[in-house]
Amino acid sequence: MKSNSLLNIALVGNPNTGKTSLFNQLTGLNQKVGNYPGITVDKKQGKCKISEHLTAEITDLPGTYSINPTTLDETIVLETLLNEKNNSFPDLVIVVAEVENLKRNLFLFSQIKDLQFPSILVINMSDQMIRKGITIDIDALKKELKSEIILISARKNLGIDALKREIENYENWNTEPIANISDKIDSVFFETIKTAFPEFSLYKSWLLITQQKNCSFLSSELHQKIAAFNPDSEKIKKYQHKETIYRYQIINEILKKTYSVDKNEATDLRSRLDKILTHKIYGYIIFFGILMLIFQSIFEWASLPMDLIDSLFANLSELAKTNLPKGTFTNLIAEGVIPGIGGIVIFIPQIAILFLFIATLEETGYMSRVVFLMDKIMRKFGMSGKSIIPLISGTACAIPAIMASRNISDWKERLITILVIPFTTCSARLPVYAILIALIIPDERIFGIFNLQGLTLMGLYLLGFAAAISSAILLHNVLKIKTQSLFVIEMPNYKLPSFKNVFYEVVEKTKAFIFGAGKIILALSIILWFLASNGSEKFKNAAEYVTTQESANYLNDDVLNKKIASYKLEHSYIGVMGKVIEPVIKPMGYDWKIGIALISSFAAREVFIGALATIYNVGSDGEDVGTIKERMAAEVDPVTGEKRFNFATGMSLLLFYAFAMQCIGTLAIVKRETKSWKWPILQLTGMGALAYIVSVITYTILS
Amino acid sequence: MGDTIASLLIGEKGIIQDFCLDAIPLNLLEMGCLPGKEVRLLQIAPLKDPLYIKVNGSHLAIRIETAKQINITKLR
Ligand SMILES: Nc1nc2c(ncn2[C@@H]2O[C@H](COP(=O)(O)OP(=O)(O)OP(=O)(O)O)[C@@H](O)[C@H]2O)c(=O)[nH]1
Ligand SMILES: [Mg+2]
Repeated sequence: MKSNSLLNIALVGNPNTGKTSLFNQLTGLNQKVGNYPGITVDKKQGKCKISEHLTAEITDLPGTYSINPTTLDETIVLETLLNEKNNSFPDLVIVVAEVENLKRNLFLFSQIKDLQFPSILVINMSDQMIRKGITIDIDALKKELKSEIILISARKNLGIDALKREIENYENWNTEPIANISDKIDSVFFETIKTAFPEFSLYKSWLLITQQKNCSFLSSELHQKIAAFNPDSEKIKKYQHKETIYRYQIINEILKKTYSVDKNEATDLRSRLDKILTHKIYGYIIFFGILMLIFQSIFEWASLPMDLIDSLFANLSELAKTNLPKGTFTNLIAEGVIPGIGGIVIFIPQIAILFLFIATLEETGYMSRVVFLMDKIMRKFGMSGKSIIPLISGTACAIPAIMASRNISDWKERLITILVIPFTTCSARLPVYAILIALIIPDERIFGIFNLQGLTLMGLYLLGFAAAISSAILLHNVLKIKTQSLFVIEMPNYKLPSFKNVFYEVVEKTKAFIFGAGKIILALSIILWFLASNGSEKFKNAAEYVTTQESANYLNDDVLNKKIASYKLEHSYIGVMGKVIEPVIKPMGYDWKIGIALISSFAAREVFIGALATIYNVGSDGEDVGTIKERMAAEVDPVTGEKRFNFATGMSLLLFYAFAMQCIGTLAIVKRETKSWKWPILQLTGMGALAYIVSVITYTILS
Repeated sequence: MGDTIASLLIGEKGIIQDFCLDAIPLNLLEMGCLPGKEVRLLQIAPLKDPLYIKVNGSHLAIRIETAKQINITKLR
């Protein structure tokens, strides 16, 4: 027994069998669960107390149909199981299967057994057996597979304790292989493999040879040894084919004796729902109807709680101002930080509703039907039907969306998806859109029903999708990458969503949004505040300069103080920087203050408002400036005397935010997922150039 | 003869005969799409592609190029 060190346990299984559900039960964590093959795309770890003396580190893995990977997420499974040096290399493997597709699940189980890991078969979703008319003779199956088997329901929390008790005994598990691939395929050939790699199990050596290109973790010595083997690809393909057929033969024999389905009891809900949901007309109507419903509810249902949050933060600002000692620092808190955070918190209702819909749809199994409906259309744009899922979840945040593209097998389709996702209107754009729209678009209804402000927002969403699609078409024609269409997707059975899963998904995602944004806003507000309230010699002696300059004009104190404050701001560090960039942003219709806010929001878009609030606040000479919206509305161009946020500037800003790539987090993820700086740099410059040109044109035409 | 999965009508069934190994992802075999197995066409997507099939107990959607590579004999 491995004492005082952790027992490493890997959860392996077909997609959508409930690995993450079991992981959450074992570890008490809340990883994302959903009824779509390919929810988990990365390794996740958590601790679990198996017994008094035994604690395990559980690794949840992406789902896979076989150890031979076809997508990036599946490669993670291969690497985890073959790389002994990895610190999550398992001491034992839990193979999670599911009652309905047991045959296919056992295919993977047989591969794991052949790798000679201590492994246990967990058959999940036992709660579905009666309704589906399934009976399994567990004892007979145990004998046939020479393995331990536990029937569980991760959703109903059944059988988890029995599983833990069985794990305690893992050192006594049988580790004999199930399939004897050598004899059945080509015993001479496999004999040479055996002699060449005596240190590994035969199946492991075979995998190393066939999956060489996916095994980046091998030592160069081993790489050479495998390369020296130099098997030709024709032969490998033929043998893999034979292996697959052989495994299914064994499994069929076993299941004939142990597994039965009573067709009469099986309900036919799936085919009836499929007939409607994938129908050539109703299918699309339902899909677009659902999208409309989501938008409608985001704007209608959310407005009441949003108003409440708005007034709450206004009161909070007031409270801070009256209770804290007077001074610039209080102003920073009351008028920079609180409104900045408030500008994010106010979007909780909208984001929660968005996630509520996405999580519910994912739990029902509907998403695979959308993939099915949209595949042909998306291919015209160089993407895959599977790209729909990342594009929809991109409306929440681009980062998980880009991760979700991992289960697209074709590299070109995946790359294009990754590159265009940042065009979709993510939730970080909402705060910026909302305040600008409120400033420049009148709150009126046209035709008595459509709210003009709501329509503008909807237009910006559509614009984002249009930009994503057009750039996909462009990339599709420009990128010269060979495609091999390996598209296969499983269509899971429909399920009633689990309230708990949906709830946690909404809570986790909303929390991540608030804290992620909150941290950046806080940090940037403080930096900007510091840069705006300090400066070189001219800044320090501002009062003197202005007083001598204006001495002939006999200004009253009030006006003079205002002049001093704005002189100070212009000669602060931030003001000097702003003046440097002013010539570049002037054609877009912005002054240097907007420019600074714009540049700050390259860290994250939602920083824009907090940044403006901080700059205006420092420049205001400590007097009361009202809410950030009022302050923005009151800002005038000192030269023309016109409102700073007029229609032309506002539109130019809206379009800039629609197109520009302003999110460091996304750039970092794109770098990681594409393994090259080339693509994030292309996104940054390409989208930036587009945004700049569109803004300049818009401003020039409108002003 | 000459039938493939792509020539099935909705609701029709066939038995898989063989296919060209180069054109078929190994993945598909491993999901149970093997010679001798029954395959049934459940739905065709609106633009005639992809196809939604049930084979060897699995419900899968595959693209038409792939379907055309899988030879079958129709069952009545
Ligand atoms: N009825 C029933 N549903 C379950 C059970 N366990 C999980 N599910 C549902 O099955 C679906 C898939 O669950 P996940 O835990 O996301 O599956 P996974 O194996 O991690 O899937 P991938 O990460 O995509 O490979 C979800 O809709 C779950 O709610 C169970 O015991 N009974
Ligand atoms: Mg999972």
